[in-house]
Amino acid sequence: MRWRQFKDQFAGRLTWALTVFAAALILVIALALLVRAQPLLDVTPLGKLLTSSDWHPLRGEFGFLPFILGTLWVTVLAMVLSVPPCLLCAIYLAEYAPPRLRDTIKPLVDLLAGIPSVVYGLWGTLVVVPAIRGVITPWVGEHLGFISLLSTGNPTGYGVLAGGVVLAVMVFPVIISVTEEVIRAVPDGLREAALALGATRWQMVKGVVLRRSLPGVIAAVVLGFSRAFGETMAVMMVVGNVPQIPRSIFDAAYPLPALIANNYGEMMSIPMYDAALLAAALVLLLVVLVFTLAARIVLLQAVRRVR
Amino acid sequence: MTEPVIQIQGLSVAYGNHQAVRDVSVDIPARQITAIIGPSGCGKTTLLRSISRLIELVAGVRVWGQVIFQGQNIYDPRVDVTEIRKCIGLLAQRPFPLPMSIYENVVYGPRLHGRYNRATLDTIVEKQLRAAGLWDEVRDRLHTSASALSVGQQQRLCLARGLAVEPEVLLCDEATSALDPISAQRIEGRLLELKADYSIVLVTHVLRQARRLADYVVFMYMGELVEHGPADRVFHSPQEAKTRAYLEGEFY
Amino acid sequence: MGKHLEEHFFVALMIVSTIIVVGSLVLILATVVVKGLPALNLKMLTRVPEGGYYLGKEGGILNAITGSLALAGGATLLGYALSLTVVLYLHFFARDTRFAYLVRLSLDVLWGVPSIVHGAFGFTVLLLLGLRASLLGGIVALALLELPILVRAMDEVVSMVPFELQEASYALGATRLETALRAVVRQTVPGLLTASLLAFGRGIGDAASVLFTAGYTDRLPTSLLRPVASLPLAVFFQLGTPVPEVQERAYASALVLTVIILTISLLARLLARRLTRHVIH
Repeated sequence: MRWRQFKDQFAGRLTWALTVFAAALILVIALALLVRAQPLLDVTPLGKLLTSSDWHPLRGEFGFLPFILGTLWVTVLAMVLSVPPCLLCAIYLAEYAPPRLRDTIKPLVDLLAGIPSVVYGLWGTLVVVPAIRGVITPWVGEHLGFISLLSTGNPTGYGVLAGGVVLAVMVFPVIISVTEEVIRAVPDGLREAALALGATRWQMVKGVVLRRSLPGVIAAVVLGFSRAFGETMAVMMVVGNVPQIPRSIFDAAYPLPALIANNYGEMMSIPMYDAALLAAALVLLLVVLVFTLAARIVLLQAVRRVR
Repeated sequence: MTEPVIQIQGLSVAYGNHQAVRDVSVDIPARQITAIIGPSGCGKTTLLRSISRLIELVAGVRVWGQVIFQGQNIYDPRVDVTEIRKCIGLLAQRPFPLPMSIYENVVYGPRLHGRYNRATLDTIVEKQLRAAGLWDEVRDRLHTSASALSVGQQQRLCLARGLAVEPEVLLCDEATSALDPISAQRIEGRLLELKADYSIVLVTHVLRQARRLADYVVFMYMGELVEHGPADRVFHSPQEAKTRAYLEGEFY
Repeated sequence: MGKHLEEHFFVALMIVSTIIVVGSLVLILATVVVKGLPALNLKMLTRVPEGGYYLGKEGGILNAITGSLALAGGATLLGYALSLTVVLYLHFFARDTRFAYLVRLSLDVLWGVPSIVHGAFGFTVLLLLGLRASLLGGIVALALLELPILVRAMDEVVSMVPFELQEASYALGATRLETALRAVVRQTVPGLLTASLLAFGRGIGDAASVLFTAGYTDRLPTSLLRPVASLPLAVFFQLGTPVPEVQERAYASALVLTVIILTISLLARLLARRLTRHVIH
């Protein structure tokens, strides 16, 4: 009978060790990137890397600013484009849609989450970029070109706008599913209380449900943001990849993930290039880490409040 | 009173800050049916589960005191808890057949404890299903899924499963409360037969059931042991005011 | 009646938003089908690239199809083994609930890590070990991507098992390991299968993590230590060539990839319903 006890103890130790290993992976990744980026960080401090816009790898100058701003432009635009429809769609699904419609649409939204990023990228190059080049750019150039944010210096269609649109669609399922869940977690008693006071449905949603689920909605948006921030392939296929600081949504940009994807493993002969790209990966990792943790903390509090 | 099979000495159980059982000492008589009664939330289920250390599955639980079984304290760290649980079986409130066939449910325990001979297992299955009064109903479909049985049949299967490891003590936690009256009656009938070979401890909030079945009664209130003794005496001439009040239906 | 006007206005906005969301899904799928179907033929599915393929000559993407299946299959197996151990530990062996919380938190963070970072990390590990881009490297990078998905899905599945079922097993004198493997895991088989199908679907579609770690080749996958092709990269590379015939093959490859992923996700749903023979509700 001792054999059973031994097996049990052994399984306990083994699963413990593998669990520690799995939990430590994130630290291992961060440390590995840090170690490999160290040679560059020794020469150029992180602060300078992040704020300099001189990108001359052959001269050993690695300023990440254009890439960071490129990422931010694309991501922020994506959020601007996706948050309003996502929230409205989630509210519709949670509060208004008849159950059968909801049960049809939710799996479709989940399906959207499963489509691989290259397919989004393909759609971007085949549909979004031509539409921007052929329709949007000329129209905006004619009517709104005086606004500097909308100036149309880049007629190719490959740029921040294309990246933003593709990313916006990519984060739809993330934001919708989390928001819908948070809204549905609001207890029915609160809804009844508001309706019993003569509120319309929308007043009830606006005044009670949304207020109650606000932290959760914020968390959903933050999760969407961090997903968009690190997205590589789809963005890279439509954003133009020119290392410059974009001035208009029609300008080409060069986000950090695209920088890594395009160059890593190829430019190993240039000194420090490899360290620079791993430093870029580290920056990506840290940003996403902060956002994920923030979202999680907010979400946790939201759940507590709702309960 | 006959020789006790289990001696509970100064047992206290707490979940976090909530003390569910306070300093309980009582002897459980062998080969009799002992009923633990009391209003809901009085700690009777906790006490029952402490007898085979199943209480330890609850996160954050702490236990003090001793439960003496076969001459040793089962809470002694050197004791092999699986051996204890093999000797002290449980019939839970709702039947939970394991996700496998009827046959496999019964032999699950014996297989754990190392009996692999097919013929032996076949014998055990027939013997215990007969003891649980289920054999005639399932003999043709032993290898079909246990979840297809009715709730009453499932509970008798759980009884057979518990008996198959040949325990000495059988703990029943409101074992008939989820069943229809006829199934409940069948389980009760089995228990009355089984007490010839097993010591049975049952928790019930149905006083009539305790009157029908119990040889010995333990009354608990707010986590404390108020009174215990042979069923006749406790039911007919309770010593404590609280017991009397409970038996007269003043609180549940 | 201002408040009713407001109600109608916002409901209209919501319906428009929902149409936009569903419409973009339909648009994407329609684009892939309309563009991909004409370029798809049996040769694409059954041949590997032959001489001059990337200039429009004969060949197919069998290398990428088999490569992707091998990559995602290997990664799912590896991830499955690791995540099952983690979940078993968390549910049956962990005494310290704070440690369990930290484990879940750390895996949630891992979930958020962009796949390009997995790829870059995987490649540095390969360099460190003196290896080059290979099937093994790709499997490890994809397993990193799938691990948190698997753990969270399995964690949920195992949490759904009624506590009484575990108790029934413990009450018969089973150890933790025996309870986990003989009673609980059986109950969760459909859920675990669904979880691994979902992870497989996620793994097979990811390009950024296999970009450096798996490389690309025109051959069929034969060895763990050789580079291997994959469908997402087949789409990406073929789209990048200037030859129209090759670009069309990118569309066809995207269609193949999408069909595989949709099939898997459908299969996962069906499995979740079907395989519940012994499961207690």
